Amino acid sequence: MGPCGPACHDRGVSTAPNAAATAPRRLVRMSNGRLLAGVARGLADHLGVDVLIIRVLFVVLALAGGAGFVMYGGFWVFAPLEPGGEDEMPGGRAWRERDFGMLLALGSLALGGALVLSALGIGVNAGLAVPLIVVGVGVVILWRQADDAQRERWRAATATHALPGAVRAAIGIALVVIGGGAILVGPVDLGGTSGGVVAALVVAAGLALVSGPWWMRMVRELNAERSARIREQERAEVAAHVHDSVLHTLTLIQRYVDDPRQVAKLARAQERELRGWLYRPRTDPAATVATEVERVAAEVEDAHGVAIEVVVVGDAPLDDRLGAVLHATREALVNAAKYAGDTPISVYAEVEIGQVTVFVRDRGPGFDVDAVPEDRLGLRQSVVGRMQRHGGTAVVRSDNGAGTEVQLEMPRSAT
Amino acid sequence: MTDQADQASGTTPPARPVRVVLVDDHRMFRSGVRAELGAAVEVVGEAEDVDSAIRVIEAEQPDVVLLDVHLPGGGGRQILATLVPKLPDVRFLALSVSDAPEDVISVIRGGARGYVTKSITGPELTAAVRRVADGDAVFSPRLAGFVLDAFAATTEVAAVDEDLDRLTQREREVLRLIARGYTYKEVGKSLFISVKTVETHVSAVLRKLQLSNRYELSRWASDRRLV
Repeated sequence: MGPCGPACHDRGVSTAPNAAATAPRRLVRMSNGRLLAGVARGLADHLGVDVLIIRVLFVVLALAGGAGFVMYGGFWVFAPLEPGGEDEMPGGRAWRERDFGMLLALGSLALGGALVLSALGIGVNAGLAVPLIVVGVGVVILWRQADDAQRERWRAATATHALPGAVRAAIGIALVVIGGGAILVGPVDLGGTSGGVVAALVVAAGLALVSGPWWMRMVRELNAERSARIREQERAEVAAHVHDSVLHTLTLIQRYVDDPRQVAKLARAQERELRGWLYRPRTDPAATVATEVERVAAEVEDAHGVAIEVVVVGDAPLDDRLGAVLHATREALVNAAKYAGDTPISVYAEVEIGQVTVFVRDRGPGFDVDAVPEDRLGLRQSVVGRMQRHGGTAVVRSDNGAGTEVQLEMPRSAT
Repeated sequence: MTDQADQASGTTPPARPVRVVLVDDHRMFRSGVRAELGAAVEVVGEAEDVDSAIRVIEAEQPDVVLLDVHLPGGGGRQILATLVPKLPDVRFLALSVSDAPEDVISVIRGGARGYVTKSITGPELTAAVRRVADGDAVFSPRLAGFVLDAFAATTEVAAVDEDLDRLTQREREVLRLIARGYTYKEVGKSLFISVKTVETHVSAVLRKLQLSNRYELSRWASDRRLV
């Protein structure tokens, strides 16, 4: 047999780059191209080495006091079976025969190794080893049968194996019972009080081995069911949210199709809401400068149908002075919304250690700040006055034709 | 921000249209962008996922790639990781609906020379493409805000002695004005410097953003949604 045989054309090779880039890979057993349980194949794909190396390693370890058996069994139990993309290997029958060749080769390797070891006098206790091997073969047959049953459920296919499942299960159980019996009557000295305990242990171990696959299946199905339920709950939550918000807005947009301003307003409000839902933390305990500036901007957007771009640097919890800044910001925004027309408005707020600065800028026609009459001054009263009363400053700059910018500065109270 | 467009097309008459590849998984969006881009820009190719994008970009070797951040097959980040070392002359401008900090910071650090959101107008986008093609950086107000936040002055006290880990006073001023919604031209006017100097400052900030090992940068991007 070639050094790498069919393993070279395995799925692990072809899909590796993309799969590796996206998700962390789990160790799985491969239901395709397996000899016993697909453990070696799965490990080989996972580690990116040739499957033959892993198989020989297992055989060698098995000879080292049976460590390989234990490891193989552990992987068998804990690594889930991979559903497998393609149905069987290409070339069906021939592949199967090659399989047996491989199995035979590995088996001979193991047997040869065992003989060498016993010839060297390194304790392979034949009296104990033979019944254990019989038990092992029985367990392999039983567990493989369980794997096959699972595969058939995935594929909704009829059994392709030569022997029906029940017969294989019966053979497996028989082998475990025979092996267990041989241990009890054979090498183990059953004399004295410990005899009963040993017998009970052997029987318990036999039962555990025989019923293992069914237990594992039950646990896995329970887990699968639970995660399916969680997924279903999350899906329902998303569906409810989409229904309450996005679908509702889309309906409204169709109704207002003749009013572009209203449509833009609806779309903008919905976008903001969706962004908040997707990117912001769910639980927002305290109002801070950042959240409040965004909220104020959102309210002005909704009320006046303008687009406001908000950039906030730094953050701080609100206090009286910062509350005044927010009020002034709102007035400045409303003012900008009235005069800016359809041009976008920018808000930039920066929280520093010593002070908070807010800029509200529009690109409307602008006006002559000094020429505005004393009496009608939303800006002068509500913005400049309010800031000064709380110990801050407000500056209004406007160029005819280049828009208006309101600058608010407030020293932060020492905390 | 319309005079940003005037500036780009007005002061330096384009010798030839900028060759652009569009990478986005929404076909409607691609055709929209294609229609909005002005005559100064020639769309030479489109792609809708990571693999096709890498093929098209390698074949066309465009001046600028307009790159969506979220793409099937690994995202814009994957394309940057593959192509930035291989094709140093191709420049990437990220274009996304998302303005989540980790998205923005990760594509910039992956090698993109700018980040704009999809709400950008046609003339602004054309200007941004030209600017990136000329080797300059494109900062939206929001990106400028992110940078100011990530390189916050509050941590200056700590021993960040690397020049890469710190913004100069001038760079900070430039970024503040951009965050306030100023165009590069307006920034130059209010700081009494030329547009070219503004571009130099912004490019320097981009370099710091890409190369700085500053611990706060990554922490900031990931923490921001938790704060």
